[in-house]
Amino acid sequence: MAILTIQILNSLLYASVLFLIAAGLSLIFGVMRIVNLAHGSLYAVGAYVTAWLVGRGIALGVPLKWLFLLLPVGALSVALIGMVIEPLLLRPFYRRAEEYQLLVTFGLIQILEDMMRLIWGGTPLSADTLMDALPIIHVGGLFYPAYNLVVIGVGVIAAVVLWAGIYHTKFGVMLRATSQDRRMASALGLNVGLVYVSAFGIGCFMAGLGGAIVVPTQAAVLGMGIDALIIAFVVVVIGGLGSLKGALIGAVVVSFVRTAGIQFFPELELAVLYLIAALVLLVRPTGLFGTA
Amino acid sequence: MNADLKASRSRSVLKLAAAAALMLLVLIVIPAFVEVYQMQLLIYGLIAAIAALGFNLLLGYTGLLSFGHSAYFGIGAYTVAFVVQYLGPHSMEFYILIGIPAVAIMSALFGYICVRHTQIFFGILTLAISQVVYSLALKLYWETGGSDGLRVPRPTLLLGWLSFSGPRGFQQFITSYYYYVLAVFVVCVVLMWVIVHSPFGKTLQAIRDNEIRARFLGIRIRRFRWIAFLVSGTFTGLAGILWVPLNGLTTPDVLYWTFSGEIVFTALLGGFRNFTGPIVGGMVFTYLKTYAVASTEYWQLLLGVVLVTLVLVLPTGIVGAISKLGQRLARGKS
Repeated sequence: MAILTIQILNSLLYASVLFLIAAGLSLIFGVMRIVNLAHGSLYAVGAYVTAWLVGRGIALGVPLKWLFLLLPVGALSVALIGMVIEPLLLRPFYRRAEEYQLLVTFGLIQILEDMMRLIWGGTPLSADTLMDALPIIHVGGLFYPAYNLVVIGVGVIAAVVLWAGIYHTKFGVMLRATSQDRRMASALGLNVGLVYVSAFGIGCFMAGLGGAIVVPTQAAVLGMGIDALIIAFVVVVIGGLGSLKGALIGAVVVSFVRTAGIQFFPELELAVLYLIAALVLLVRPTGLFGTA
Repeated sequence: MNADLKASRSRSVLKLAAAAALMLLVLIVIPAFVEVYQMQLLIYGLIAAIAALGFNLLLGYTGLLSFGHSAYFGIGAYTVAFVVQYLGPHSMEFYILIGIPAVAIMSALFGYICVRHTQIFFGILTLAISQVVYSLALKLYWETGGSDGLRVPRPTLLLGWLSFSGPRGFQQFITSYYYYVLAVFVVCVVLMWVIVHSPFGKTLQAIRDNEIRARFLGIRIRRFRWIAFLVSGTFTGLAGILWVPLNGLTTPDVLYWTFSGEIVFTALLGGFRNFTGPIVGGMVFTYLKTYAVASTEYWQLLLGVVLVTLVLVLPTGIVGAISKLGQRLARGKS
């Protein structure tokens, strides 16, 4: 029973990180109709920047409590990178064929992945000091790090804030208007360029936040971005691209299946996930909640 | 008017055939003048050209961008390695005979899933499937050798007529294998030329240019895309089959997404709107990569920067740029 509880908690932990990545991807697609293939790499950048900052902080003797503030800093730095990328590299492609958008973001993967290797090298970068700083709690006779509960909490808060932001603020109305009809929104006096850059920034912030909160539980390694991208795609394929609810439900489904997969059939865990995604695609091509 | 058009078209075909014959002649006599290492590079270039040619049937002619063509290249390579391991005979013809149906079946299977979607989802699905194949090659190590890969010894060519052993075996193998690959390459180019200029190829282009109109004409779009996928995967797989004896070893690296990236890059570099683009791209890319790898550890970064720059400023690739330049010069003259 205790093992089951821990497995459920682990699934929720994974779901919360996955939701952050997939929701960012979905938001960017929903507003800008662009699939950012480099999204997973931005998540990895978030993890690396945070781990590096925490390492610096420890070296400088910053008190542990303050180190937690570095998590949002890591996420913000990714948002800044995104806000440079959008006007510089993506804006010239909105009017061109979709292949070019995919090619540019694919080139971006290559650049970002090798930049990480260039800057941080091949050795994994860890920030487990943060995880050790929080107590370990007892779950029915077994031990569980309290930090994992923080991650789950961040995921829940992010979902609520995002939902409230999109459906209950003026900025959310602007986002939705732009996503529905870009030209009409522009004709009504909306600064579409600004909406795009902020939507892309928010999406990148979510990816960076995912990386930042995950790095205390597992070290940042090369290639984690691609793995995340692929799993995030499974999530949006199941949930439907461009849908917030879809990202949430897809993340939960994928993480529970994956936890069960690692437990019972470790070699085929990824293959089973794709089987589910393929089945969803065959039955409902736009995903469970998709609009695209 | 119509006759005029036909005449000018046949003249341009003639011109193209002459250029191709000249090119072929150069490729045939080149081994007399260069050393073994350069010939190895040339073979790699020809193989990259075959892979990109197959890939471009999807991107250039069908309008589908695959980020997972490493899967078919790798399946070709691994099939050869399995043949060596379980069936024994070291004959290149035997490798091709077993390899092509294997690649065709896998392309048909994966293609059946992928062509249900276009644009983004197509790209995602192809990438995802290739990563699954990659992870299987890595995890089922008792069969695939994991990250160590599988060794493939030098095969005999032309049904055992040419075999290579002894101290000069390697050199002889490279020389003979060069002509062998060149012959396969020529067959591939001719075959692809016929395919894209056949009614089937024209239909693919019609689907690419206007899917809805093509559907109104009664074309079964998904089936055409599926067959295009099958042909494309098989060509790329054949490149993998040819690559493995030259490399002597197949590792999961050829299944990884970065390798798919190289195939995409190759087609784009040469120009995916031209028939000859991927061929030129394959050759140029092989040399570019060789020198980039030799000069910097971060060649992936370099490729990424070149890719983004290409898409931004030179979307038609080398061949597109040259033909545009040629047109401008011709117009200036007349």
